[in-house]
Amino acid sequence: MAAPQTEALRADIGGLVDRLGPGRASLVPILQDIKRRYHEIDAETMQVVAEALDIHPVEVYSVASFYAFLGSRPQGVHVIRLCGTLSCDFAGKDAVAEALRRELGVEFGETTADGQVTLEWASCIGMCDQGPALLVDDDVHTRVTPDDVRAIVAACRADQRRADA
Amino acid sequence: MSARTIDSQGNALTYATIEPDVGLKAALAMSRADIIDTVSESGLKGRGGAGFPTGMKWNFCAAEKADLKYIICNADEGEPGTFKDRVILSRYADLVFEGMTIGGRAIGATLGIVYLRAEYTYLRPHLNEVIKKRRERGLLGRSVMGVDGFDFDIIVAMGAGAYVCGEETALIESLEGFRGEPRNRPPFPAVAGLLNNPTVVNNVETLASVAAIFARGTEWFRAFGTDKSTGYKLFSVSGDCQKPGVYEFPWGITIADLLKEVGGEGAKAVQIGGASGVCVPARDFARRLAFEDIPTGGSVMVIGPQRDILHVAENFLEFFVEESCGQCTPCRLGNPQMLKAVRLLEEGACPPRFLADVKALAETMTVASKCGLGQTSPSAFLSILEGFEDEIRDRAPSA
Repeated sequence: MAAPQTEALRADIGGLVDRLGPGRASLVPILQDIKRRYHEIDAETMQVVAEALDIHPVEVYSVASFYAFLGSRPQGVHVIRLCGTLSCDFAGKDAVAEALRRELGVEFGETTADGQVTLEWASCIGMCDQGPALLVDDDVHTRVTPDDVRAIVAACRADQRRADA
Repeated sequence: MSARTIDSQGNALTYATIEPDVGLKAALAMSRADIIDTVSESGLKGRGGAGFPTGMKWNFCAAEKADLKYIICNADEGEPGTFKDRVILSRYADLVFEGMTIGGRAIGATLGIVYLRAEYTYLRPHLNEVIKKRRERGLLGRSVMGVDGFDFDIIVAMGAGAYVCGEETALIESLEGFRGEPRNRPPFPAVAGLLNNPTVVNNVETLASVAAIFARGTEWFRAFGTDKSTGYKLFSVSGDCQKPGVYEFPWGITIADLLKEVGGEGAKAVQIGGASGVCVPARDFARRLAFEDIPTGGSVMVIGPQRDILHVAENFLEFFVEESCGQCTPCRLGNPQMLKAVRLLEEGACPPRFLADVKALAETMTVASKCGLGQTSPSAFLSILEGFEDEIRDRAPSA
């Protein structure tokens, strides 16, 4: 990648380390923030974060790859996570899943070609009494029907940036 | 920033009747030893599922000599079918923070940390607002409620999407910036927890209960429930029933009575305690939800007569295959074997010899896994095999 982007990345990570402190405990919050802004924690990011916290890059990779909301693979600007656990299953998550696949044209675990939306399964998101439930980034949608999917996806496609990024 | 919460239906909760900070005031008038004695006398046991006596946990931590101690509120509510902590944090966050403050006073901690699961990120602004107001009112910060020398503050830290971090030592690893892999114990967190300092980790509901106990007294609390399971409990009810939601019942309620309340009569089974819990067939609905019968963190998933019981087992095992941290061998390798067996059973094609081997492996997991995840993930599998033998045996092989 071009140097100016690296400089911007370094500045961002530097800012995060200043705010959160240079201790190991800052690693997860730093990666969470990076993921929000860049939708990806790539090898270069891991290197820069490792230097800032004085740990080995493989340590950063090991943590990033452990957590479902971090991950080392690139994601879209928005992530739709459909709850796959039993109560949402009983409530009809399969039909919602099919509508999401159709509307987005991707399988679960994939990102749309325009880099705008990633579709994933989530483990129980604590909306079991109001399923099927899904998360769009940090926002919860409950009692989702296949008919609701079009509007949910359209909103993701229209919104070029995460509101909280 | 708007502070957003999401509510659930259910019945009336005692927490709604507890006046905030009455309990905190009462506790701060006591000696630290008396605070812990009060919690012990109440009989309060951990509401997250494991049921460890709260007073004993606090006592272990209070006995440690250290400059820094922590009290952590476990808000990593990830057990499938559990959402009562979401409701408590949405409606009664003050009671939770009050319980943390009382705990902090009792054990000698200066910092409380709420470990909030990533899936509940939308609750963070709300919690931070409540904390800010408590600081402004002198209920957090220097000399809490004017008590000289009692400085205590609370911060919210975010999880990053890992069920295993609900296990207290994995949670601590995560807070320290590591993979959420459970630690060997001993030492227990009360002795060496966060950054090696003595640490108490309590569930959201446990802490809210502490506030209620100090507001109303131990006799009031013990009047609910049974001798061994004192007090009331919140149950997260979902699945095939007319009125899913968060319900409060005294410990000791039978499954049949609970189902009546939520419009779930006619169920063929109920999964108690989430994916890591047990599947109870209808013939056992007279059993009680209590530490002395079926202990639970409160997840109740109602399984209607139309459901395929093997599909239930498959859903839970897919969950565990995804969520096993992979650190210890029994859990990493055992969960996929159970899933394989269930899928073969679904096809009516599971060789009896293989099933017997996997059952033996499941038994091994319950004793040989490092943490609660691998020790309990076979529970649903084994209880379904046992409770629904006929349904499973009669399964016609699919074409």
